[in-house]
Amino acid sequence: MLNLFGRNQSRDVAKNRLRNVLAHDRADTSPEFMEHLRNDVMRIVSEYVEVGGQGVDLQLQSVEDHVALVANIPVKQLRRRGRQGNN
Amino acid sequence: MGEVIVITSGKGGVGKTTTTANLGVALAQLGLKTCLVDADIGLRNLDVVLGLENRIVYDLVDVVEGFCRLRQALIRDKRLDGLSLLPAAQTKDKTAVTPEQMRAVTEELRQEFDYVLVDSPAGIEQGFKNAIAGADRALIVATPEVASVRDADRIIGLLEAAEIPPARLIVNRLRPGMVRKGDMMSVDDIVDILAIDLIGVVPEDEQIVVTTNRGEPAALSHDSRAGESYRAIARRIRGDEVPFAEMDEPAGFFGRLRRIFGQA
Ligand SMILES: Nc1ncnc2c1ncn2[C@@H]1O[C@H](COP(=O)(O)OP(=O)(O)OP(=O)(O)O)[C@@H](O)[C@H]1O
Ligand SMILES: [Mg+2]
Repeated sequence: MLNLFGRNQSRDVAKNRLRNVLAHDRADTSPEFMEHLRNDVMRIVSEYVEVGGQGVDLQLQSVEDHVALVANIPVKQLRRRGRQGNN
Repeated sequence: MGEVIVITSGKGGVGKTTTTANLGVALAQLGLKTCLVDADIGLRNLDVVLGLENRIVYDLVDVVEGFCRLRQALIRDKRLDGLSLLPAAQTKDKTAVTPEQMRAVTEELRQEFDYVLVDSPAGIEQGFKNAIAGADRALIVATPEVASVRDADRIIGLLEAAEIPPARLIVNRLRPGMVRKGDMMSVDDIVDILAIDLIGVVPEDEQIVVTTNRGEPAALSHDSRAGESYRAIARRIRGDEVPFAEMDEPAGFFGRLRRIFGQA
């Protein structure tokens, strides 16, 4: 993706910027999207840990050149066995 | 019963009106009765792109306000059998028409035409809402630029919310040479990011400027690359399988090199 002079090709820069900005746009314009994601994460995680405090906190954050989905999940305690161990 | 198709983009100046005029010509050339509706009230443009500006008597607002019948406001293109225009009003603003009125107009038009193409104004406000009100499907025009693709994504979301079936994408003003050099996003890049189906690619073409100057859409003659693209899109609208010309494939030595290194 670097050209002869070691610069990123502007095509790749454009793609990357678009991906980042659209991640935020899509989350912002659809509040249910983050809500559904949060609920699903909560449901899965709860099979492994007892979630404490305010529950799952999910945020899209821009980190350097990409977007990260950052989760903060307070853990009260781990369940003795995870989902696989239960069946 | 004809089909109502809205041509929209979010961002201004990306080629909606040019696309609408040329697709109208190309559809009529296929023998399909086509009516073009200029929904850009207050910024009437479709008439001049088509070269029909001197023949306007009544407009869309006259129709919805009951000053004339729909039939009286339609302008038939004398160059081409089957092509008509319903012009926008130039003196009113977007609030002169409601989505319900717009739907009524397109309903009436679809009784008589095979295709009704609605040229949407830029933006996501009332004018856009009017333009999509009666639409069965949508074509989204985007140029290979960050702002245009971003706005297209927003429009796709709004069309989904309005329960208009998945829109299809027209990439306009593509410059294959720049794509090859890595200085412009490719069609695949854009399709990949927006995750919608492509219906056509129109290259950057000086003939668009020349033909627009003359009020004779490029699709009327057979000697422009853009005209070729519009004819292909028109056939895809009709439902034909038309293969995509490989416009932005890497070519030549560096293209092959890039492909070898997996960056194509
Ligand atoms: N493929 C093309 N090649 C070269 N020029 C083009 C092409 N498509 C559009 N243009 C030019 O771009 C300009 C804007 O086009 P057009 O008026 O169709 O955009 P629009 O999306 O309808 O704008 P608006 O949002 O203001 O209604 C015009 O000058 C037109 O001639
Ligand atoms: Mg326009």
